[in-house]
Amino acid sequence: MTGFGTGSLQLTDEERAMADGSDGEAVAAAMDLLVRYGEILGAERLVETDNVCGATIFGPRHSRVLGTSDPVALFSEFALNADHPVDVPPVRAHSCQLIGPRDRELWELQGLSEETNKEITVSEDYLASRGVSILSTCTPYQVGNVPARGEHCAWMESSAVPYINSVLGARTNTEGRESAAAAMLTGRIPYAGLHLPENRLATHLVRLDVPVESVFDWSVLGYFLGWHLRDEIPVIEGIAGPVDPVAIKQFGAAANSSGDVELYHIPGVTAEAASVEQALGGREPVDELRFTRADVDRVVEHLNSTATGDEIDFVMIGCPHAALSQVREVARLLEGRRIDPGVTFWVFTPSALREVARRNGWVEIIERAGGRVMADTCPAIGQFVPPGARRFATDSAKQVHYLPPIMGIEGRFGDTEACVRAALTGRWEA
Amino acid sequence: MSERQRATGGMSQRSFPVRTLVPGRAHGPVLLCTSEIPGWGGIDPRTGNIVEVGHPQRGRSVAGTVLVMPGAKGSSGWSGQLHLAQLQDKAPAAIVTRRLNAKLALTLAVLRVPAVMDVPEEAYALLRDGCPATVADGALVIHDD
Repeated sequence: MTGFGTGSLQLTDEERAMADGSDGEAVAAAMDLLVRYGEILGAERLVETDNVCGATIFGPRHSRVLGTSDPVALFSEFALNADHPVDVPPVRAHSCQLIGPRDRELWELQGLSEETNKEITVSEDYLASRGVSILSTCTPYQVGNVPARGEHCAWMESSAVPYINSVLGARTNTEGRESAAAAMLTGRIPYAGLHLPENRLATHLVRLDVPVESVFDWSVLGYFLGWHLRDEIPVIEGIAGPVDPVAIKQFGAAANSSGDVELYHIPGVTAEAASVEQALGGREPVDELRFTRADVDRVVEHLNSTATGDEIDFVMIGCPHAALSQVREVARLLEGRRIDPGVTFWVFTPSALREVARRNGWVEIIERAGGRVMADTCPAIGQFVPPGARRFATDSAKQVHYLPPIMGIEGRFGDTEACVRAALTGRWEA
Repeated sequence: MSERQRATGGMSQRSFPVRTLVPGRAHGPVLLCTSEIPGWGGIDPRTGNIVEVGHPQRGRSVAGTVLVMPGAKGSSGWSGQLHLAQLQDKAPAAIVTRRLNAKLALTLAVLRVPAVMDVPEEAYALLRDGCPATVADGALVIHDD
């Protein structure tokens, strides 16, 4: 690629052949994109990856703009950034689809037309035919894609990236649709950023002046860190013992919504640092952050700042997609109760976990109370809310960050119990 | 005529050396963003408007601007969202950033609009919201009106 970046990126003979078209036009387009991207990043080479998570199911938002719903044309433009439709071979790397625009079973609840549903099915089936696993979740690590420590990955998804980097010790930058698609086809990604061990050391020391224990506490701490850090790496001091995996999932999602936290260290909890000193690599921290009661109040106030009242007509649980333990908890809270008829109650989980929740009877309990368990998508990604919904409640800092600007709805943020209470009464009680 | 106007042939403008991320030349009004922007869920691709709750430049459109920002944050959907915006003629004409991360690098590779970083602080001090600017290979040119 002439004229782009520094020209510093060196390809192997095999990569050069791919760029020159040995494996067809689509692979050549993918390699071209990786070279442009890598040179801007200042990468000197690519690295092999066999674990890619991307988002390349397309619907009307893309087909309207392109003027066609042909899956090959959509994939060529939006996934490969190619200037004309190209034949896409089966993917070279093990690849998964992240969260998508639609629940394959309950799409009617989203208000989709039959035509739109069909269009999305065609796109999804095309992707499957290329060998991409249709996991359709923002949490692949909950349902069968658990990267190994040190494994070079090419993942998108702002909540999954900090999880696999930090908890599992895998290595990925926050990829985007085009780079993930290119990695699927080539098995390569630029060797830059968090792929390099020296870039994975902590820069900021975080001290906790308030106890951080519940899922709610961790969500607020995450949002706070995102506010104050910009692609910097925190190490959190003073956490004793294991942390609830749900809390860790919500924490990373919050931190990478308000900000840009792609990797964090918690000695004794995350993969790469047994101590603060080790996380810092023996260096002094660039800066220290204290997390205080006032910070908790500020975050909670901000996350409720779009709400102008207390009536609730929609409750959303499961961002990132709910763990089985969360679905079970919701079922426990709803068992034998009845959701207010003016409230729509949706829980979102990976389809594989919905299947398990069905076997356990939890889906039935939630449905008997008047709620639904949805999969494959979420309101922010699929861009849908129940008809007429004005104000929603959620236990997710990430969803309440994104849904109001995306859908023009007001939001309330609290713990799961507060959300279920709001569903039962139609009112938010702080 | 000021010394600087004489130096630029009467035109009131100043040129600063910068690091080129994506070569090319583009001109437009500066949109001076004082906080990092999220792409997905932060910029509406149909209008180019910044929509993040609490963002200081919320409601302003990035379309056709020389977008000056501290950096990109948030979702991995940055490139996909700006790609959609570009196909609807709502992408920035050029991007000037303080910080470069993977999501912004990919966005630049996809958009292929001129982009620079390492702008001297002296230039930042002169940049005003709405003032015309040109990004050209290796230089940021700030015009006066």
